[in-house]
Amino acid sequence: MTAPSVAERSAPDTDVPPILSVRELWKVFGPKAESVVGSSLSRKELKEQSGCVAAVRDVSFEVRRGEVFVVMGLSGSGKSTLVRCLTRLIEPTAGEILLDGEDVRKADERRLRELRRHRMAMVFQHFGLLPHRCVLDNVAFGLEIRGVAKQDRYARAREVVGLVGLNGFENSYPDQLSGGMQQRVGLARALAADPEVLLFDEPFSALDPLIRREMQNEVIRLHQEVGKTMIFITHDLSEALKLGDRILIMRDGEVVQVGTPDQVVGAPADDYVRDFVSDVPRSHVLTLRWVMRPPQPGEPLDGPELGPDVVIRDAVHAVLSAERPVRVTDGGQLLGVVTSAEILEVIAGKAEG
Amino acid sequence: MTALSATRGVAARLPARRYLIALALAVWAAGWALLRGHDTFALGGAELTPLHGALNEAMDAVDDSRNSNPLFLYFINYIRLFIDQAVTAVQALISQPALGRPVPVLGWLGVTGLATAVALLYGNRKVALLTAAGFLSFGALGLWQESMDTLALTLTAVALSLAVGIPLGIWAGLSDRFNRLVTPVLDFMQTMPTFVYLAPLTLFFLIGPASATVATMIYAIPPAIRITAHGIRQVSSDTLEAGTSLGATPAQALRHVRLPMAKQTIIVGVNQTIMAALSMATIAALIDAPGLGQTVLKALQTLDVGTAFNAGLAIVIMAVVLDRVTSAASRRVEVQRRAGRLRTTRGRRLEVAGVLGVAGVLAYLSYTYVWAAEFPVAANAGPYVRRAADAASQWVQDSLVAYTDAVKNLLTNQFLNRLEALLTGTPWWLVTIVAVVLALLVGSVRAALVTAAGLLLLVLLGLWQDSMVTLASTIVATVLVMLLGVVAGVWIGRSDRADTVLRPVLDAGQTMPAFVYLVPILGLFGATRFTAIIAAVVFAAPVAIKLVAEGIRGVSPTTVEAATSAGASTWQLISKVQLPMARSAVTLAASQGLIYVLSMVVVGGLVGAGALGYDVVAGFSQHQLRGKGLAAGLAIVVLGIVLDRVMRAATQRADVAAHGGPHHK
Ligand SMILES: Nc1ncnc2c1ncn2[C@@H]1O[C@H](COP(=O)(O)OP(=O)(O)OP(=O)(O)O)[C@@H](O)[C@H]1O
Ligand SMILES: [Mg+2]
Repeated sequence: MTAPSVAERSAPDTDVPPILSVRELWKVFGPKAESVVGSSLSRKELKEQSGCVAAVRDVSFEVRRGEVFVVMGLSGSGKSTLVRCLTRLIEPTAGEILLDGEDVRKADERRLRELRRHRMAMVFQHFGLLPHRCVLDNVAFGLEIRGVAKQDRYARAREVVGLVGLNGFENSYPDQLSGGMQQRVGLARALAADPEVLLFDEPFSALDPLIRREMQNEVIRLHQEVGKTMIFITHDLSEALKLGDRILIMRDGEVVQVGTPDQVVGAPADDYVRDFVSDVPRSHVLTLRWVMRPPQPGEPLDGPELGPDVVIRDAVHAVLSAERPVRVTDGGQLLGVVTSAEILEVIAGKAEG
Repeated sequence: MTALSATRGVAARLPARRYLIALALAVWAAGWALLRGHDTFALGGAELTPLHGALNEAMDAVDDSRNSNPLFLYFINYIRLFIDQAVTAVQALISQPALGRPVPVLGWLGVTGLATAVALLYGNRKVALLTAAGFLSFGALGLWQESMDTLALTLTAVALSLAVGIPLGIWAGLSDRFNRLVTPVLDFMQTMPTFVYLAPLTLFFLIGPASATVATMIYAIPPAIRITAHGIRQVSSDTLEAGTSLGATPAQALRHVRLPMAKQTIIVGVNQTIMAALSMATIAALIDAPGLGQTVLKALQTLDVGTAFNAGLAIVIMAVVLDRVTSAASRRVEVQRRAGRLRTTRGRRLEVAGVLGVAGVLAYLSYTYVWAAEFPVAANAGPYVRRAADAASQWVQDSLVAYTDAVKNLLTNQFLNRLEALLTGTPWWLVTIVAVVLALLVGSVRAALVTAAGLLLLVLLGLWQDSMVTLASTIVATVLVMLLGVVAGVWIGRSDRADTVLRPVLDAGQTMPAFVYLVPILGLFGATRFTAIIAAVVFAAPVAIKLVAEGIRGVSPTTVEAATSAGASTWQLISKVQLPMARSAVTLAASQGLIYVLSMVVVGGLVGAGALGYDVVAGFSQHQLRGKGLAAGLAIVVLGIVLDRVMRAATQRADVAAHGGPHHK
């Protein structure tokens, strides 16, 4: 099958300037880290030769305003390091990080604190709550350290506590809450400052599956309600596919592929990614665009009409019950046709690339 | 590390290390038989070597320069004045006549009221009651003023120690560099036997409260620094990172994240500091610090068991009260957090105001009226306690004399005398050679070098013979400590029941100032070397037992279960699984036990141990023996370093043999 180009898939967004753009970012742990930048040795060879670990190597990507950008990779692939480099919780070794055009790496201490206080906030895997403060004080913490008056910060904190569904727990202490509730506090704390970008480092991996699903839905709801840009780290592919507008896949510190969920599943960049996505039910992710074919001569072209971005799973019923090939159209223009043959091929899972 | 691998090489080439050790011991025994009494450097109690004379003169020179040397004029004398003033101020408040009146500012009623109020506000009702009862008992034992003197000295030293220790601890918690810098200094301060630095201190700060306070601070600051640093360090990096990601400045992270999260640990540090200070404040009686320690010391010197017991009891009560109040305070932090906010701020304020109000009224009464200022004489039960203790001690001595003598004679004749004869009777060079060879065989090249240097230093100090006598007692005491430690430690480590019953006893044992132990043991065994050894064992055993028990408990339950399911008997389980796996805890217990035993050497000198302990004690009281006392103090330190090094090297070697690499904990 033919892979549609990125431009085609996400045409509506491209004219908006990116809120965050990362260029050729490196983070090397170890002695003489600078000298390793630009090296093309593999991580293992580097470790043996110089004793350095290149946790992030030559990573470039752009995040658009309002999108949920997921970074995915196996344990040790450098995701946490990458996301911490964005606010310089870990100091990058080389590269550029532009937030709305401003180079984060050039910011001095003061400016950096401003950025952290107002523009980017982070949610952590292990919550990082202050055990000696009640929920309300935890949520208000960010506002407190930037000097917001008591009354105002409590007002704002109450508002956010309500937003994440923790009403009634304002005066509880973290150790009196379940894991899921604690992460809601973490989320509220990040939201309280009303930042432009929210960073999540595997926020739900410490939670059990049911709660995790609930929290994922919560993030989707919040995204719809407050419309923040989100950068979301995970090692869980289904989470990535569920939340991500676009997904960046990392391996050994390097970018392997950046694309929409259907691009990643439909056109994996290499065997690593292919392996990764092999268990995904393709019909849940791929859209009709991925399976349609040009109409054959003599084929009747008066069947039902569907859009190219309809997920196959949702089209199954319409296609299988139609007598004639289903036409895939975009703005009245015929892109191709889909019949039960193509659909069944995907569902049976034998079609590859 | 190279030394280690070198010895490993030696050990590999000489497989029969065990036979070599036996050979060295045989050479020693033969040497003793042939050369007994040659080159043994015997030195009488009042005899001096030229070095001791030189030390005396040097000390006199320091004394003379007190009012001319700029170091004294512009630095040390100011510190002394400042500390003296501070102690005197607190004494004026609670213990000594002040403001031209025959009584201190606050009498017994006021002090008891204030102490109880503090216990109530920072602890709970139970410890408040305990505090009130404790303070009243000071009066009832007829020791109000002495107790308040001890309290004044302790509190001043604690305040100064915390003022120095907590900031340094925070610094050490924040900076790895500073931490690396202070750790060896603290190690040194803590391993140095406490009595050793008393005499040199008096040289700089004169005899009296200033020296006593500084000595107490030297002893009490290390736990304050260490525990504070530990508290700051253990704050989870996740939480800190969260703070930073919200834009907290380093100062804000310290104030809002690190300090609150370390608060409970820091209060534990305060508790340790207070207990250390109380212990040292009583010991400082040796350099004329006022208070209960004086009473005990004088009684010990005249073998007046009744008086010593009475004052010892007051010290114990003070230790218990201070320990319970600060422990309750540290738990309170936790309890409050768990329960959410117990009360509103307003409620708490009302409570504080009420309690302080009542205490204030009591204080005013005690300032104004004699009956509230001076503890009523009619309530003085001290003489009864003294007489009862005397009678009890007499009865015990009379009726148990058969048993105590049997134990005493067995240990003295079978072990102590033989070891002492061997150590003191052999020529010094033979002892040194054998010791170095043994250090090499059981330890490492480095341990052998330290041993050689240390023993030669003992010769140079002119205290060879005395050192060997003390060494014999120390070895016997340490062996006894380890026997007790392993037996009781295994028992406590394996049985929850034993743990609940014995742990409070051990805890109490550890909080008691060293002096207190002497009193009942003196009552039992009279003034001999043996009394000193038993006192040292009693002092050192709790820490050893606790460490062994921790080690046994630390053995993973799965391993124990696996061994049990494989059919191991209890004895096999202990000897083949639990003890070997707890080996690092056992060796730690041995080296800690040794340090505790050594720190009792001087106390032993008070009750007939002779040798180095006596030299130090005599140095306090007799001017011409000052130099020798100083040298004896040094000799104790040298002995401690040598024994500690050899023991550590031996452990390391055992670990290497067992695991093929140094044991990491
Ligand atoms: N402070 C550090 N010093 C040295 N190496 C580090 C440091 N932090 C991370 N690394 C290394 O960098 C690599 C990437 O680590 P990172 O924590 O970013 O991975 P990750 O993708 O977040 O993994 P996980 O899913 O387990 O969280 C790893 O090989 C790790 O060992
Ligand atoms: Mg990670």
